[in-house]
Amino acid sequence: MNEQWYTDLDFTDIIDDPNVSRRDFLKTLGGGIIILFFVGDASVLEAQRRGRGYPEDFNAYLRIGPDGRVTCYTGKIEQGQGAITSLAQMLADEIDASLDSIDMVMGDTSVCPWDMGTFGSMTIRFFGPPLRAAGAEARRVLLELAAEQLKVPPERLVAENGVIFDKEQKDKRVTYGDLAKGKTIARRAKEKPPVKNPSEFKVIGKPVLRRDSREKVTGKAQYAGDIRRPDMLYAKVLRPPAHGAKLKSVDTSVAEKMEGVKVVRDGDFVAVLHKNPDQAAEALSRVAAEFDVPPAQVDDQTIFEYLLKNAGEGRAVAQGGQLDEGQKLSEIVVEQTYFDGYKAHAPIETHTALAQVEGNKATVWASTQTPFPTKDQIANALGLGADDVRLITPFVGGGFGGKSPGQQAIEAAKLSKATGKPVQVMWSREEEFFYDSFRPAAVVKIKSGITKEGKAVLWDYAVYWAGDRGSQQFYDIPHHRTASVGGGFGRGPSPHPFATGAWRAPANNTNTFARESQIDIMAAKARMDPIEFRLKNLRDERPIRTLKAAAEKFGWKPAPAPSGRGFGVAVGTDSDTFVAHIAEVEVDKRTGRVHVKRIVCAQDMGLAINPEGASIQMEGCITMGLGYALTEDIRFKGGMILDRNFDTYELPRFSSVPKIETVILDLKNEPAHGGGEPAIICMGAVVANAIHDAVGVRLLQLPLSAERVRKALAAIA
Amino acid sequence: MAETISFTLNGKPVSVTTDGQRPLLWVLRTDFGLTGTKFGCGQALCGACTVLVDNKAVRSCVYPVRNAGGREIRTIEGLAKNGELHPLQKAFVEHDALQCGYCTPGMILTAYSLLQQNPQPTRQEIIDGLDKNLCRCGAHTRIIDAIQSAATAMKGGNSR
Repeated sequence: MNEQWYTDLDFTDIIDDPNVSRRDFLKTLGGGIIILFFVGDASVLEAQRRGRGYPEDFNAYLRIGPDGRVTCYTGKIEQGQGAITSLAQMLADEIDASLDSIDMVMGDTSVCPWDMGTFGSMTIRFFGPPLRAAGAEARRVLLELAAEQLKVPPERLVAENGVIFDKEQKDKRVTYGDLAKGKTIARRAKEKPPVKNPSEFKVIGKPVLRRDSREKVTGKAQYAGDIRRPDMLYAKVLRPPAHGAKLKSVDTSVAEKMEGVKVVRDGDFVAVLHKNPDQAAEALSRVAAEFDVPPAQVDDQTIFEYLLKNAGEGRAVAQGGQLDEGQKLSEIVVEQTYFDGYKAHAPIETHTALAQVEGNKATVWASTQTPFPTKDQIANALGLGADDVRLITPFVGGGFGGKSPGQQAIEAAKLSKATGKPVQVMWSREEEFFYDSFRPAAVVKIKSGITKEGKAVLWDYAVYWAGDRGSQQFYDIPHHRTASVGGGFGRGPSPHPFATGAWRAPANNTNTFARESQIDIMAAKARMDPIEFRLKNLRDERPIRTLKAAAEKFGWKPAPAPSGRGFGVAVGTDSDTFVAHIAEVEVDKRTGRVHVKRIVCAQDMGLAINPEGASIQMEGCITMGLGYALTEDIRFKGGMILDRNFDTYELPRFSSVPKIETVILDLKNEPAHGGGEPAIICMGAVVANAIHDAVGVRLLQLPLSAERVRKALAAIA
Repeated sequence: MAETISFTLNGKPVSVTTDGQRPLLWVLRTDFGLTGTKFGCGQALCGACTVLVDNKAVRSCVYPVRNAGGREIRTIEGLAKNGELHPLQKAFVEHDALQCGYCTPGMILTAYSLLQQNPQPTRQEIIDGLDKNLCRCGAHTRIIDAIQSAATAMKGGNSR
C-alpha cells in the first residue's frame, strides 16, 4: 500500500468556513459532538469532486450524542463482509468507548460522507485509517472538554469505556454523553492526532463476533426487498430472451384487464405492476411479446478463439531483463495456454430496490455496493439534481462485485415516477443471471523456462481479456515480461456478448490459476517438490513466510508431483495481502469427480482488525472459490444465457466443502491490508495442482469439471 | 379465485382471503408483512424461503397458500420466544454462522426441521440435511458447527 494513503492527512479548521451546504448537512445530524476528518490523497480528492453536491472536504466523521452513543457514518455498506463490526472496533479502540456503544450508519447518502463504493477489499485499508484518526481526535476533544468541566489539567485525565476521570481522584468523572449534552460542536481535526500503538489496543486485533447476527437470525434484519411503504406496488419488467434482442411487438391487453394490474410502457421498457409481487409476475406472463434475436456469433465453446481473434495490442504490465537471454538460459521450456469461462456472482439476494419519487425528490432503498454512484445515475435517469435523490442501503444480501451496477434501482425509480407510487423491483433469479456482470472469460498464454537445477530464468506472460490485476508474477525471474491484452471489464471496447464486471478479486482468479499452474508444471519438470521449487525461486519475504506458514500448518512432507497423494500448492497476492493455499483432494477416476478434502490457507494481511472476521472472509473465499474451481461456468449461445437458475449453475454446497484451516500471520505492527478477496484467488490453481498430484493429469481450463478430469484421464490411459 | 384460508401463523390463528394458488412466500411477505422469509430462486432450489409447516421444512416459494389451510406455519420471526433466542439462533450467533444473513432464516428453519426428526444428527447427517440450502458467502462449516452445538444444547428436551 502506498504509505500516503494513511499518513498524509489534511487538517484545517472548519469553524469559519462559509460552506452553507455543510452547515445544513451538519444540522441534519442533530446536536452532540461531531468530528470531521479527511484523508488528503489526490485520488480521493478527485473522487470527492465527482461526488457532486456533497460536502467535499471531509470523508469520515462521527458523532457523540448526548446519550453517550458514538455513531460512525460511512458510505461503505454491509454485504456480509463484516465491516459493520471491524470499523466499529477501530473506532471503539481509538475513542476509548465500549464496542457496544458504537452505532454504524452505513450507505445512506443523505447523512454519510461520499464514498465511491464497497469493493476491492478497501474498506479497512483506506477508510480505516481516517476513521481511526477521527476517533483519536474525538477522544482528544472529549478530554479537553472534560478538563474544562472537571477543572483538572488534561494530562491528569484518563478516558476509559466512555468515561473520563481524574486519575488522582477517581470520583471526579464525567461521561461522554454528559460532555455532549446540550452542545453542538463541530470540530475538524487540526493536526494529526496520534492513533494508538498496537501495544495499546484493547479492541483492535481481538476476535469479535459479528454485531449484526441477532437481527439476522431473527428475521428482523432488513434488506432492500423488506422495506414497505404505504400503497407500494411491485413491478415485473418485460425482458428480452437474449442480449442484443430488439422488441418487435408487444401486446399488454390481457394483462391490462387483470384486476389491480397497471402497465407502464416507455419505448421498449415495459413493466406490469401490482400490489402483490407474485400477481405482477402472473400478469407479466400474460404479456405477449415478440423479439428479433440477432444470430449468435459465439458460444461458450467458441468464445476463447473469438477472444483471441479480437485481441488488440497488449500493454506491458511489468518487464525486466531480456526475453532472448532468458530463452538462451532455459534448459527446459514450458509453453501453455489457460482458459477460464464466464462466472456468475449469484448472491442469494437478487438485485432489489424500492423507489419513492415524490415531486422532484426521490428516496431509493437499494441492494447496492455503490450507493453514491447509483444515486447519481438515478438522478440522471429522472432528470433530478444529485442532491434530490437519497439512496439508503439496508443490509445487502451478498454482492461480490455484482452489485456495483444498479440497474434495478433505476428501473424502480423510473416506475415510481411513472406511477406516482412507491415501486419495488426485485429481480427473479432468471433476471439476476441474465443481467449479471459476469467475471469475464479469458485466456492466458505463458512461456517459461528453467535451468536443470530448477532456477526460473524466463517468464513471458500474456493475459487476454481478464484484466491485469494479479498478472504480475512475484518470483525472482531475471528475464520476464507480463502483458495484458484487451482490457478487463469496463475498459475500452468489449468483445463479450454481455456485461462483464468485477467478480471478487477481479482478474486475479484467472491470473493466479494460470501462473500457479505454470509454476507447478515447471516444478514437476525439474522433479522438485512444489514448495521447495517455489521457495527456491522466491526472494520476496512476504510470499516466503506465507508459504512456510501454510506448509507448517498442513504438515507438508516434500515430494515431487505427481506423488499420488493429491496435494496441491498455490501462492498469490491481492489487495496488498499474500496468501498461500495447500489442498488435499481425492479424484474418483471412474467419474472424474474431484472431492476437496482439506484446504489450509495462510494469509499475510498485516494488522487484522478482527481476526475472527478475517478468518470468516478466508473461509468464505475458499468456499466460494471451490465453485469456480470445480463446477461454475456460464453456458451461453450468443446473447442467450443458458444457465438461469441453480439447477444447472452449480454453487458449492455443504457436501462439497472441505475441512478448512486458516492461519493469519501475526503482523500487528504493519498496516491493515485487504481481507475480503485474497483467499479466493488461489482456488483454481491449488485444486488443479492437487488433481495433477493425485492422478497425473494437468487441466488447463476452469472449471476442473468431472467431465474434463475424465477426458484427461482417458487421454493418458 | 379468492378464497379464505385459515391457519396458525407463529402460534396465532390467522386467515387470509386471496387466490389459493399464490405461493405462501409472497402471502407471508406482503399480506402478513413477515419479511424474514426470503426469495432466492423461485423454484425451490436454494432454500432461502424455507418455513415450517407442521414443524417440517417447506419451500414456501412453490407452496400454494391453500395448502397451509388448517396447518401450523412458523417463520423465522416466530422462533424466538419472548425475546429469548432459540438454541439454534443462539448457536448461529455464537459460531458466527452467517455473513450476509440472507440465507440464514432458511438455514435455521431447515436445521430446526432436521433436529425435530433427528435430534442428535451426525456431522454427515447435518450435511445431507442441509445440502439443498445454498449459501453464497461460504458460511457452511460454521453452520454445521452451529447445528451440532444447538443439538447438544437441546439435549434433554430443551427445545427452547
